[in-house]
Amino acid sequence: MSRIAGRFQQLAQQGRKALIPYVVAGDPGLDVTVPLMHRMVACGADIIELGVPFSDPMSEGPVLQLGHERALANGTTLRTVLAMVEEFRQQDQDTPVLLMGYANPVVHMGYAKFADAAAAVGLDALLTVDIPPEEVAPLNAELQRVGMDNIFLVAPTTPAERIQRITDTASGFIYYVSLKGVTGAGHLDVADVAHHLGLIRDRSNLPVAVGFGIKDAASAAAVASVADGVVVGSALVNTMARAIDDGGDHETAMAAAVALLTEIRQGIDNSAS
Amino acid sequence: MTIDVKDSVFNAVPDADGRFGVYGGKFVAETLMSALAELEAVYRKLSVDPDFQQELDEDLAHYVGRPSPLYEAKRWSASIGGARIFLKREDLNHTGAHKVNNTVGQALLAKHMGKPRVIAETGAGQHGVATATIAARLGLKCQVFMGEEDVRRQALNVYRMKLLGADVIPVTSGSRTLKDAMNEAMRDWVTNVDDTFYIIGTVAGPHPYPMLVRDFQCVIGREARRQSQAQTGKLPDALVACVGGGSNAIGLFHPFLGDESVAMYGVEAGGHGIASNQHAAPLTAGTPGVLHGNRTYLMQDADGQIMHTHSVSAGLDYPGVGPEHAWLKDLGRVNYVVANDDEALRAFHTLTRVEGIMPALESSHALAYAEKLAAGMTPDQVIVVNLSGRGDKDIHTVAQIDGIQF
Repeated sequence: MSRIAGRFQQLAQQGRKALIPYVVAGDPGLDVTVPLMHRMVACGADIIELGVPFSDPMSEGPVLQLGHERALANGTTLRTVLAMVEEFRQQDQDTPVLLMGYANPVVHMGYAKFADAAAAVGLDALLTVDIPPEEVAPLNAELQRVGMDNIFLVAPTTPAERIQRITDTASGFIYYVSLKGVTGAGHLDVADVAHHLGLIRDRSNLPVAVGFGIKDAASAAAVASVADGVVVGSALVNTMARAIDDGGDHETAMAAAVALLTEIRQGIDNSAS
Repeated sequence: MTIDVKDSVFNAVPDADGRFGVYGGKFVAETLMSALAELEAVYRKLSVDPDFQQELDEDLAHYVGRPSPLYEAKRWSASIGGARIFLKREDLNHTGAHKVNNTVGQALLAKHMGKPRVIAETGAGQHGVATATIAARLGLKCQVFMGEEDVRRQALNVYRMKLLGADVIPVTSGSRTLKDAMNEAMRDWVTNVDDTFYIIGTVAGPHPYPMLVRDFQCVIGREARRQSQAQTGKLPDALVACVGGGSNAIGLFHPFLGDESVAMYGVEAGGHGIASNQHAAPLTAGTPGVLHGNRTYLMQDADGQIMHTHSVSAGLDYPGVGPEHAWLKDLGRVNYVVANDDEALRAFHTLTRVEGIMPALESSHALAYAEKLAAGMTPDQVIVVNLSGRGDKDIHTVAQIDGIQF
């Protein structure tokens, strides 16, 4: 069983929902990411999602676009992100880590080379926003060769018959995009989310996490009442950016992110109980 | 017979998955996949529907002003002393460039699909103007995304779009040019996919765009083929067109791909020179990768990040290129070459002074290469250059380079 499948199974037994924070690797600084990962685990993160910065992040809203730009300006590359995972694994062998990013850095490295490097550092899964099932076969073959999960998005616009195709290709969990739009948008409709999660669950036993548009304890709690996991990204990245803008240092930014994540954890746990 | 076989090869792309060999495809976020499938289904149905074709042909004839002339640039040809150079006058189309051939077609698709709103990305502003124009005519709401840098250097076209009733949205992310405008248009489309038709301006993007934009632009090559035969009694010996995303080039080239005797030259923007690394020539100096929905040649760094590009012409200032061009490069069917900023500027001035035709800076890249090519050919040989747009929009840029203040 993969580390991700094991984590969801364990949470299900405990009656808890997965909290999946997303931060852009290398933002606000290269030295922040690994300590922040450990601190997020300490305050209740179940799976860590690291954004691999890209020059053209087409699905990101303004907050994460800036996060990607800062991370690139700091010199973050796919290689440095893998090195961060390796460093994290020296102290934490239990928490699943997944990378979320865009096709080209992985295409450029080469699927086989990426899979080998990722497996060597203890990465658990990959989510490439712009590689749909139609294009994924050569990448999936490499990920499966090294036992990594491949996470796919299901969107509000995904027709029911297409959901099956995605769930047949995916492993680990399904990432449901809660709204039509970019990351960080603000028009979350929980009833609509619940409807779509039903369509997914009719077709698959994979756990379903929900992301895009979850920004605080209340929205996280609402989503957690219907999903197996909650992804929080833009809100965390924005919180750290604001802390820095207000004159804070990396320590202040991390503390702000941890405070927000702690609130969200409590919101999720209260909703589930 | 050989030609038929070759024709069938070139007409067999893209395949059902939208691939031109290993290039093309559909590399987009899941939210857009069903919209692309819907667009493809509608297009496949309408493209063989005689009523739709008639509607399109009438718009091309009476609104765009087609066919565009194939003009023999006799004085320019004589001054070079080689091949006869003919100009395919896409600059005479309504709105002043080839872009409108495609926007007329896609807007008709939008109309048939019942989408009340269209969006577009634009670099030089020609595609934005062409989109705003057809939106005005069909009563569609129109928003155009344009890099902040391009808004500055193409102020005239920005105002034209506003006059036509479009909202022009300056894009401040990344390099603030065409690629960033395309990112922002994709973000808008993801958000408003239910009521919005994305009119992509070039033969790039996810399938089916490279196919349908090519099909709409092929009117250029079909006309040029007939006109060349009527005016010179034969097919041209060579075709020359500039390549940014590559829509005017594919439009001219495609109907000739099976004609082995016709040599083809796609001219990329050499900027300050390939060696300077400040250029926009992915086919000449790039490597394959994935951007904006398709696999193609890209300008990218060692980590797969997309590089900033440079060209004096906003319309060529793009780090990728249509996937069909990537395929044609690998096949060796089309020669991809470069013209630098200074060569294009010289060609701009030459054509203006010698023929009384002011070309767009994009098209000036094709003219610059055609001049070199013609010099090595003979007066019984014919070159057709795609004069893809007129240069009025570039007067400020040229004046600034020449040190002239208005």
